Amino acid sequence: MVDTCFLSQGLTTLAGLLLLPFGSLAASQIEDQAEQFFRSGHTNNWAVLVCTSRFWFNYRHVANTLSVYRSVKRLGIPDSHIVLMLADDMACNPRNPKPATVYSHKNMELNVYGDDVEVDYRSYEVTVENFLRVLTGRIPSSTPRSKRLLSDDRSNILIYMTGHGGNGFLKFQDSEEITNIELADAFEQMWQKRRYNELLFIIDTCQGASMYERFYSPNIMALASSQVGEDSLSHQPDPAVGVHLMDRYTFYVLEFLEEINPASQTNMNDLFQVCPKSLCVSTPGHRTDLFQRDPKNVLITDFFGSVRKVEITTETLSLQPDSGVIESSYKKDQMVEELMEPLKYAEQLPVAQIIHQDFKDAFLLSSGFHGC
Amino acid sequence: MGLLSDPVRRRALARLVLRLNAPLWALPVAWLERTMRSVGLEVYTQSFSRKLPFPDETHERYMVSGINVYGILRAPRAASTESLVLTVPCGPDSTNSQAVGLMLALAAHFRGQIYWAKDIIFLVTEHDLLGTEAWLEAYHDVNVTGMQSSPLQGRAGAIQAAVALELSSDVVTSLDVVVEGLNGQLPNLDLLNLFQTFCQKGGLLCTLQGKLQPQDWTSIDGPLQSVQTLLLMVLQQASGRPHGAHGLFLRYRVEALTLRGINSFRQYKYDLVAVGKALEGMFRKLNHLLERLHQSFFFYLLPALSRFVSIGLYMPAAGFLLLVLGLKALELWMQLHEAGVGPEEAGKTPGSSPPHPPTQGVGLASLVAPLLVSQAMGLALYVLPVLGQHVATQHFPVAEAEAVVLTLLAIYAAGLALPHNTHRVVSTQAPDKGWMALKLVALIYLALQLACITLTNFSLGFLLAASMVPAAAVTKPSGPRPLYTALLVLTSPAATLLGSLFLWRELQEAPLSLAEGWQLFLAALAQGVLEHHTYGSLLFPLLALGLYPCWLLFWNVLFWK
Repeated sequence: MVDTCFLSQGLTTLAGLLLLPFGSLAASQIEDQAEQFFRSGHTNNWAVLVCTSRFWFNYRHVANTLSVYRSVKRLGIPDSHIVLMLADDMACNPRNPKPATVYSHKNMELNVYGDDVEVDYRSYEVTVENFLRVLTGRIPSSTPRSKRLLSDDRSNILIYMTGHGGNGFLKFQDSEEITNIELADAFEQMWQKRRYNELLFIIDTCQGASMYERFYSPNIMALASSQVGEDSLSHQPDPAVGVHLMDRYTFYVLEFLEEINPASQTNMNDLFQVCPKSLCVSTPGHRTDLFQRDPKNVLITDFFGSVRKVEITTETLSLQPDSGVIESSYKKDQMVEELMEPLKYAEQLPVAQIIHQDFKDAFLLSSGFHGC
Repeated sequence: MGLLSDPVRRRALARLVLRLNAPLWALPVAWLERTMRSVGLEVYTQSFSRKLPFPDETHERYMVSGINVYGILRAPRAASTESLVLTVPCGPDSTNSQAVGLMLALAAHFRGQIYWAKDIIFLVTEHDLLGTEAWLEAYHDVNVTGMQSSPLQGRAGAIQAAVALELSSDVVTSLDVVVEGLNGQLPNLDLLNLFQTFCQKGGLLCTLQGKLQPQDWTSIDGPLQSVQTLLLMVLQQASGRPHGAHGLFLRYRVEALTLRGINSFRQYKYDLVAVGKALEGMFRKLNHLLERLHQSFFFYLLPALSRFVSIGLYMPAAGFLLLVLGLKALELWMQLHEAGVGPEEAGKTPGSSPPHPPTQGVGLASLVAPLLVSQAMGLALYVLPVLGQHVATQHFPVAEAEAVVLTLLAIYAAGLALPHNTHRVVSTQAPDKGWMALKLVALIYLALQLACITLTNFSLGFLLAASMVPAAAVTKPSGPRPLYTALLVLTSPAATLLGSLFLWRELQEAPLSLAEGWQLFLAALAQGVLEHHTYGSLLFPLLALGLYPCWLLFWNVLFWK
C-alpha cells in the first residue's frame, strides 16, 4: 500500500515536473501579457484635429482633417474625446455641388463627412488663441465640455494640423499665424501640467518639418509631410467638385489607416514609411528623439485608436510595482525641483530699496547737476 | 460725307424721324422676356432715352430710346450679395443675335446647377454701349453722363466680374479678347489669365488685338509680332474709347472683358458649344472667388496673350521723357537768373510745383496775356463746336456732325494765327527774357499735364510725351524757323491723332490711303466729341482744354518778336 501511495505520489510529482515547464510557460505568457498592459503607460486617448484654412479653394484641408477624424472614430476614440476644429464649412458651402458631403477620393468614392460629425470649433472660432487654450487647458469656465481637452497624465494625445504653412509658422484663417516656438512652449506647458502621457504630432503643410524642430518636452513623436524648403502637394482635382480633394501625404496616410483595425499590431515604423518621395514628391519627415520608447514598439492604435486593455485569464498573477519606468520620467523634474527656491511674489513697493538707495543720486537731483 | 450730306434730304428725313420717333429696328423685348422667363430667370426690363449732342453718323442715330432686358439667376443656397454679369450688347441691327442665343443656352444650363454662390445676371442691351451705360448708371444709382434711365426693378448685389459677348456667326475660327476700356482703364490681369487658361484647356484659338501668339522667339519674327501687338494696345488704350461693353463696367471697378468671335478664312472652325464651355468654365471659376480680383496687376501692357509688361518696367520711360522737360525748364530758369542767384531747387523733377514767374525785367502782363488767350482758345475749341452747330448748319450746307468737325478744325487753325495778334496787346519788354519766361511756364505746364495724364492713362501720356516733348524742348524764336514750325505742327495734338490713326491701321495690316485716312480722321474727331458727351471719355477735354493751349504757348514762343 505504501508502495502504491509512493508510486502515485511519484507519478504526480513526475507529472508535475513534466507539466511545470508548460505551467511556467503559461505563467510566463500571462506575465508577458501583463507586461504588455503597461507597455505604453496610457489609459485613455484623445485627439485634437485642426484645419486652419478657410475658403472653397482649401477644400482639401478640411477633407484631410475629416479623413483623420473618420479613422480615429472608427478605431474607437469617441466624440467626447475628440476636439475637431474646422475653419470653414465645406459640406454646406453654396459652391458644393454635392451638399452635405466632403469627398476624399475623386469620382466620389469616399465621403469622409459621414453621417455624424461633431465639429467642436467651427469657422471663426478656430484661432491661435483658442487652439492654445485647448492645449494648455486655460479655458474660461463657461466653455462646454465638448470644447475642452480633458486629458490627464495617462492620456495619449494625437494632434493633427493641416493648412498653409511656411518655415516656422502655420497660418490660421488667413489673418494670423502660430509659430513653432509657441507650439513647443504650449507642449511644454502641457508637460508641466501633466496633461499628456505621450503625444503624437502630425502636420501636413508646406515646410511642415519646421514646426517640430523646436519641441523640447519629453514623450513627443512628430511627423510632417515635407521638409523645410519643400512644398506639400495636393493630390487629385475632381472635375465635378472643381477643386483638389486631398493633400498627398494625408491621402496616403488615410489609405494606410483604412487597413488598420483596433486589433492590429502595426507599429509606428510602418507609419514612417507611408508616402515615400516617389508618391508624395515631398520628403516626409519624423522626429523621435524626444520619445522614450522605441517606435517599433509603439502601436498605431496607441494614438489613433482607443483600445480597451482587457485580457481574460484563469491564471493568477502577482504584480510587482515596476517603479523604474515611472521614476525615470519624473526624475529629471524632481532634481530640478530640489534645486529651485520656493516661488514668491516680488515686492510691490520695494521700500527697503528706496530707503537704502544712494544719497549721492538724491543730492545730484536736488542740486540740478543731473543731466537730462 | 455721309448719308445726310444733301441738306434737303437731311431735313426731310430728320422731320420724318422726329415725327415718328420710332427706331428702324427694335429689340424683340417681349420675346426675350418670355424666353428668359421660361428658362427660369427673374426677368426685368429697363427703358432709357438720350438725345445725343449731334447726330451720330457712324451709328446713324440721334434721339435714342431703347429698352434693356435682363434676367437674374439667383444662387440657390447663398444670399444675393454678389453677382456676375454676362452681357450681350445688341446694335441697331441683329448683328449680335448669335450671342443672344448662346447666352440663353448658357442661362438654361446654369439654371440646372446648384453650385452657384453668386447671382448671375444675363443682360441684353439695346443700342449697344448706350444701353449698357444706362443699365450701369441705374444699377449703381448714379448719373454721370446725362442719360435718362428708368430705375431698375430688380438688383442682385455687388457685381464682381462681367463678360461681354459679341458673336457675328454661329461658327468661329478664333476668339478675340479686348481688355482696354474707357479712359484706358484695364481689368485685373487675373481675368485675362483666366480666359487664357480656358482657351488652352479647350483648345480654342484665342487672339489679342486680332493677332495670334508669337511662336517663333528665336528669330526676329516673334519679338516683332509682340511689338506690334504692344503698339496696338498702346494706341487703343490711348484713344480712351470703351472698345466694347466691358469698357463701361471698368468705371465702376467691375473687372470685365469683351470676347469677340471672329469668323475668318481658316479651315478649322469651332461651334458655339466650344465657346460655351469656355464661358461656363470662366463663370464657374469666378463663382469660386470670395473676394474681388485684386491679387494681380491693374496696370500692364500686353505684347502677347500670355505675356505682360508691368508698370514698374514701363513707367520709368515716361518719367525720363518728362525729365527732359524738367531739365529744359531748369536751364531756362538758370538763364533767366544768370546774374548769379542760382536756382533754389537742385533738380527739377517732373510734376514739381511751378515756381513764381521771374520778376527780373519781365512784367507779369507779358506772360498772362498769352496764357489767357491760349486757354480761351482751348475753351472755345471745347465749347463752340457743339454749341454752334445749329448756327453753322444755317449758314453752310453741311450736316450737324460735319459742322461740329469743321468748327473744330477751324478753331484749331485759327489758333495758329494767334501770335501775330497777341503782340498788339502786350507791351514790349526785353524780348529775349520774355520768350524764355513764357517757355519756362509752358514747359512746366506741359510737364504737369503729361505727368497727370500718364498716371491715369499711361499710353496716352506716353504717346503725347513722345510726340510733344522733343518739339517743346527745342522750340525757340531764333534758329531755323521753317524747320521748327514744321516740327511743331507735326507734333501738335491733332497731327498726333492723325498719325496714330495711320499707324493703327498699318499695324492691323489694313493700311489707309491719304483720302481714307482723312475721312477716318474726321470721323474720329466726331466720335471723340460724341463719346465725351455720352460716356464721359476724357480724350477730347484733355486735348482741347489742356494740351492744345499748352501747344499754343509753344507756338507763341516760336513766333515771338
